[in-house]
Amino acid sequence: MFCNGQMQIEHIELKNITKRFPGVLACDNINLALKQGEILALLGENGAGKTTLMNILYGLYQPDEGEVIVNGRQTAIDSPQKAGALGIGMVHQHFMLVPNLTVRENVALCMFNDRTFHCDIAYVTETINRICTDHRIKIDPDAYIYELSVGEQQRVELIKALSLGANLLILDEPTAVLTPQETDKLILLLQEMAASGCSIIFISHKLNEVKAVSHHVAVLRGGKLVYNGSTDDHTTNELASLMAGRDINLPVAKEKEPSDKIILDIQNVTAIGDRGTQALNGLSLALRKGEIMGIAGVSGNGQSELAEVINGIRKVQSGRILFDGEDITNRTPQQIIDRRMGYIPADRLHEGTVAGFSVKENMILKDYARPPLAQATFLKDRAICRYANDLVAKFAIKTPSIDTTCASLSGGNIQKVIVAREMNRRPKVLVAVYPTRGLDMGAAEFVHSELLAARDKDETVLLISEELEELINLSDRIAVIYEGKILKIIPAKQAQKSALGLLMAGVQSHG
Amino acid sequence: MLGEIIIGIISAAVPLSITFVLVGLGEMFNQRAGVYNLGAEGIMMVGAFIGFYVEYTMQSGPGSSTLGMLAAIGVGAFMGGIMALVCVTFKAEQGIAGIALYMLGWGVAGMLFRVYIGGTTTIVGLQAVNVPLLADIPVLGPIFFSQNAMVYVTLFLVPLAWYMLNKTVWGLKAKAVGTAPMAADTMGVKVDRTRIQCVVLAGAMAGLAGAYLSICQTHMYADNITAGRGFIAVALVYFGKWKPSGVLFGALLFSLAHSFQRSIQVYGIDFPYEVAVVFPYLLVIVVLAFSGRSNIMAPAALGKPYYRELRD
Ligand SMILES: Nc1ncnc2c1ncn2[C@@H]1O[C@H](COP(=O)(O)OP(=O)(O)OP(=O)(O)O)[C@@H](O)[C@H]1O
Ligand SMILES: [Mg+2]
Repeated sequence: MFCNGQMQIEHIELKNITKRFPGVLACDNINLALKQGEILALLGENGAGKTTLMNILYGLYQPDEGEVIVNGRQTAIDSPQKAGALGIGMVHQHFMLVPNLTVRENVALCMFNDRTFHCDIAYVTETINRICTDHRIKIDPDAYIYELSVGEQQRVELIKALSLGANLLILDEPTAVLTPQETDKLILLLQEMAASGCSIIFISHKLNEVKAVSHHVAVLRGGKLVYNGSTDDHTTNELASLMAGRDINLPVAKEKEPSDKIILDIQNVTAIGDRGTQALNGLSLALRKGEIMGIAGVSGNGQSELAEVINGIRKVQSGRILFDGEDITNRTPQQIIDRRMGYIPADRLHEGTVAGFSVKENMILKDYARPPLAQATFLKDRAICRYANDLVAKFAIKTPSIDTTCASLSGGNIQKVIVAREMNRRPKVLVAVYPTRGLDMGAAEFVHSELLAARDKDETVLLISEELEELINLSDRIAVIYEGKILKIIPAKQAQKSALGLLMAGVQSHG
Repeated sequence: MLGEIIIGIISAAVPLSITFVLVGLGEMFNQRAGVYNLGAEGIMMVGAFIGFYVEYTMQSGPGSSTLGMLAAIGVGAFMGGIMALVCVTFKAEQGIAGIALYMLGWGVAGMLFRVYIGGTTTIVGLQAVNVPLLADIPVLGPIFFSQNAMVYVTLFLVPLAWYMLNKTVWGLKAKAVGTAPMAADTMGVKVDRTRIQCVVLAGAMAGLAGAYLSICQTHMYADNITAGRGFIAVALVYFGKWKPSGVLFGALLFSLAHSFQRSIQVYGIDFPYEVAVVFPYLLVIVVLAFSGRSNIMAPAALGKPYYRELRD
């Protein structure tokens, strides 16, 4: 039912794969094999070479050395078209969607890529509807991609892969922005697919998922395969230390006396979303100085719009936003930045960084005009380099140099560039949307402890995340957002995942 | 009197706009696919000459106009192929290649003209015809029903282009490779092939637009007959926000301004014509300036060649 390629992939092998990029050895003589119906989890720190290896398997990159062997025969996968013909499907870490086409048109493009004219829209709609009902995914097929939140785009990316059916499905961090419920459903689906003969390669930094879904794990470090074995042989802690080479403990917020100074006061704010619907619907929320306020909610309920109105990127229709006593409603982003607001956006490639700029330039994007980085409109290159090098070291960003373009970094490392830029500015309020999206466990641990340290220095964080564990661990209070309104605010210490899950679905408990 | 002048202006504007619509629709396709072709002007010149020359050698015999336009389409497609080879296959800088193609076209057309024709020679070309009965309708008659046949063909091409762009797989592919080529590639779309198709199609359209100028509009050939119309069309594509209806609208607006400007001279209205001549261009600049809001539908990869392994 899932597999519809002409030929089954009974065995696929990557042999002696080596891939170099300028200044980086991304894959170093990797050997890896997978049998039909197996689920392989690919682990490794940010920049270890996971995505590169999978892109080679998908025909997007050509290996410098080594070969791919399918069913015992050497096969040159020299284009994604070739991979598609072999029945290899991929869910990409950085979504491969055309922003100015609708969901339906994106799926149509995948399904009919070998046609010229006839576009059987009814059939596409039927396929999307079938996938959505089978897996209880909610999506509007007529929405343009650019109108969707990152979480919704992730769903489209999944639908796209499922609509084709695959013999070998590669999923590159598919769960980074899914809710726990959605992740559970995905894991069930993957197991079902494997049982019916599809092979799966699954990349994730969340080890409990890896444990739940995979038969085998392979661990990459610095482009080398350092471990390859059965998942059942190891606990999640052992897997974590295999990956990072040390133990990892995610920090948990300690109770803290709440201050009663309100630093960010959002009063009855309404705003229109990209689709022209009421994305924020009279939302009110008050953040106290020195607290971490978590926002829990299913993607598409107004989280991204909330972050955008606070940072002046989206127009507020009615209501007010007070920041440290000052009205910042509909001020320009620059004015809001100057008042020391920080923002880690959800879309790291399009909003968080200027992709073609170097790491160094991206790090100074918000502060380039101020001393010590500039003096009288002249950039001070020496100071800038020192600043950038310090951040690269502090946040352990894996990059060939600070002059490398940001877009050529691995996903997690791009994220680190943004986090480093925003946290180092010491904002009064930091709006952090999925701050640890795509970070490996070591890096997530570091960012979490930095967030907590910021809180202890009386800085405030608005933490928007789909990951309930992260929210519960870090937040002082958790506000549940539903259809553009705050449904309820609960102290994080009393929050339970199941109750939060219900609230996020819009179910108000009694009491 | 005033009514007559207005009808006169409009009915003169319609055939004027056809060149822009033809070359603009083509340019819209290649820009949607991520390639801008400044060489359209050069292709038009060659198309204009070839169309003219074919009809001229056939002494305007039966079918010669049609054959001339078909020949121009062929030559235009060939020149589009050169552009595609240079910019898509060999990934050269599009702006530079476009200017080179423009100069090549001008040179070739001018040379051929001097070698084979020499002086001003007219042909019969495609004349305007009055559609029986309909042409007698007041107002609408002279505007819509007493034009040459290519006007109707071209006006039909506008909805056809819309359909191609929005309702066919090919149109989706064109939009995808011009906006997110890497995404298109991973979806199994052949990026370069789609781009080449669009550039060649646009070349054919530019060739036809040129032939329209010589065969249907002026009934002759002269050096630099296109007089910048190809470049105006490139601007009209931006102006029309990469939509067929937008291109049509822009072309009509520009031609109306042009025809208005001309009628000032024709009707001897007391107005310095040197100033009037500038009017259409001024209008385009003003409208462009005020419609310049960022457009999410714009082809984001316009002008960027696609390399699979390069991230920027
Ligand atoms: N197209 C490219 N051009 C230049 N360098 C690249 C390119 N793609 C990847 N790299 C480099 O290859 C290395 C491995 O990157 P890769 O994306 O495979 O890491 P990853 O394991 O997927 O990490 P993450 O967990 O952060 O996604 C990185 O150092 C990156 O900078
Ligand atoms: Mg990756």
